[in-house]
Amino acid sequence: MTRRPDTVLLAHGGGGRLTRELVRSTFLPAFRNPALETLTDAAILEPLPAGRLALTTDAFVVDPLEFPGGDLGRLAVCGTVNDLAVAGARPVALTAAFILEEGLETALLDRLVASAARAAAAAAVPIVAGDTKVVPRGKGDGIFAVTAGLGVVPTGRDLGDHRIVPGDVILVSGPIAAHGGTIVACRHGLAGGGLESDCAPLNGLVEHLLGSGVEVHAMHDPTRGGVATTCNEVAERCNARLVLEATAIPVQPAVTAVCELLGLDPLYLACEGRLLAWVAADHAPRALQVLREHPLGREAACIGRVETAAAGGSVVLRTAYGVERPLDLLSGSEVPRIC
Amino acid sequence: MITAQQLADPAAVRGLLGHIDAIARRLPRRVTFMEVCGTHTNAIAAAGLRRLLPPQIRLISGPGCPVCVTPVGYLDRAEALARRDDVTICTFGDLLRVPSSHGSLEQARARGADVRVVYSPRDAVAVARAAPQRTVVFLGVGFETTVPTVAAALLEAERDGVANFLVLSGHKTMPGPLRALAGDDDVAVDGFICPGHVSVITGSRAFSFLPEEFGTPAVVAGFTPTDVLRGVLALARQLVDGRAELENLYGRVVSPEGNLTAQALVARTFAPADATWRGLGAIPGSGLELRQEFAARDAARLEVPLPEPEEPAGCRCGDVLKGLIDPTDCPLFAAACTPEAPVGACMVSAEGACAAWYRHERSPGAAQ
Repeated sequence: MTRRPDTVLLAHGGGGRLTRELVRSTFLPAFRNPALETLTDAAILEPLPAGRLALTTDAFVVDPLEFPGGDLGRLAVCGTVNDLAVAGARPVALTAAFILEEGLETALLDRLVASAARAAAAAAVPIVAGDTKVVPRGKGDGIFAVTAGLGVVPTGRDLGDHRIVPGDVILVSGPIAAHGGTIVACRHGLAGGGLESDCAPLNGLVEHLLGSGVEVHAMHDPTRGGVATTCNEVAERCNARLVLEATAIPVQPAVTAVCELLGLDPLYLACEGRLLAWVAADHAPRALQVLREHPLGREAACIGRVETAAAGGSVVLRTAYGVERPLDLLSGSEVPRIC
Repeated sequence: MITAQQLADPAAVRGLLGHIDAIARRLPRRVTFMEVCGTHTNAIAAAGLRRLLPPQIRLISGPGCPVCVTPVGYLDRAEALARRDDVTICTFGDLLRVPSSHGSLEQARARGADVRVVYSPRDAVAVARAAPQRTVVFLGVGFETTVPTVAAALLEAERDGVANFLVLSGHKTMPGPLRALAGDDDVAVDGFICPGHVSVITGSRAFSFLPEEFGTPAVVAGFTPTDVLRGVLALARQLVDGRAELENLYGRVVSPEGNLTAQALVARTFAPADATWRGLGAIPGSGLELRQEFAARDAARLEVPLPEPEEPAGCRCGDVLKGLIDPTDCPLFAAACTPEAPVGACMVSAEGACAAWYRHERSPGAAQ
């Protein structure tokens, strides 16, 4: 057998012997499961449990590829699992496609794939199908990943913004902005000091919460654009006024420090292992207690409430001094300030 | 941006507001205090301080956002440089979306120009070092706070022989416009909150001319809500007492003489020059150009075709910067001019008075 090249070659995407070797040496051992092992055109799944189907897909282009608390592989699994979970779906199967740039170190690829496999195992979801393409050097940023997820919303479960009503209380499952804060810190040589991405699969936490019988109306994972953006989307969809309490929103000191240094607002930075839950007001104390029982919800907090909107949906932040100010969508992306 | 520290200590804020309320009742009329630092603008807006102050005190934002006061001609030149095949532009992010006469750097980048966002001028030196065949131009925009870092980058490039690192200086210094505003009869400012960050470099003494020459009370203040309110209280007290002094309330970082090392760095690399301020016009000696011995690194000397600068029609950024009107008094505000589609520069930078107002101070539920 020839020695395995230590970088990805264009020929690895050619569909021939090298492609086969890459699949057999890297992806198959890491993701191994009966549906994948057939390596045929489509994975054939066992009949699904009763309920409505949920289907989602997400693309991942993170830079750097590895960061404290996670990497592209873990992110690609958690992102899709979490999109299913917050919709109330139990993840059944994932697919994963990787676009590799010629010259990518195979050792790095192995680490990312192993990490994706560990995340999938932690979420108890198999990766049943996949694809690999290789693009010439300079045409990609090391590696891009696209995952899709299939899930089942059990019969009788109905979550969504249509159920949000004035009076609902907004909970967050832990400190916000740890992922976004860690990524920007890495890009600017400021990593360390306890900064770590919160990247984690949330389906266990979601089942724990929903299984407790508390009345949850809707859930979202505040990824790109952070809590502020997610709340704006919700406010718009359900035509409500969301009031967030600035002092109640948990942010780790290390994240606050990075945000201060770089002039960023944690309310707009991504979380990858946190959920926002809209729950009936009288169930909120119990919901908070249930979230805190789970390892991923230890620092859950109640951060706001839903009010009737006078005209159109809006999000406002109540500052520590009792003044309300609008919390808008970002215009463009967060950019560094001059002073 | 909101930080835990800025939001800390509501009890202290309430206490200060109590004192301010009491002193405000003794003011003979409604008074106007102006801050001139983008970080103050943002801190005041983010904490909602304007709504907490008594009606006798009006708090306005002056020309404290370096992006906002950068004239269109500078942006046109930067964009023209970006269009050259051999040029890489390095800039702080705020400048990307500022409208030039016919576009913006962001649009130029989308069309293929090599425009990179950096957090430090030294990052731009690194870009130049890594690509010796390209001319790397750093867009030097900012006040006294920013200039020392650009000076350090210039000296680093000199020391290491990085010949392809150039600077397009749009740098400005603060005393000039404050002098112009204090001496302008149309502008009725009863007290100045001097820029805290700038004062760290210049020293508080740089602003003592405000009480001495114009009889206007002034304070140097920091950036937490309690810092700002202490500044407001001190200004109100001076007015009630009939005093005009410069009070340094930011003594934890600002000394009377400032940071002498930084001042020396700047003096080695830059020389005072006349400068045009958007909204305020030409102000003698209020800019900084590269010293003659750094002429080879002066990107203003590169020949590029420039359009006739076009100021956006109907934009009242100038009146906002002078404190003559609030952002909401501009007919374009939140209608034709929004952060998504800014007409004037005050709407672009997060530090701009209009953007801060739009983002933080529109009454919740108001028309968007």
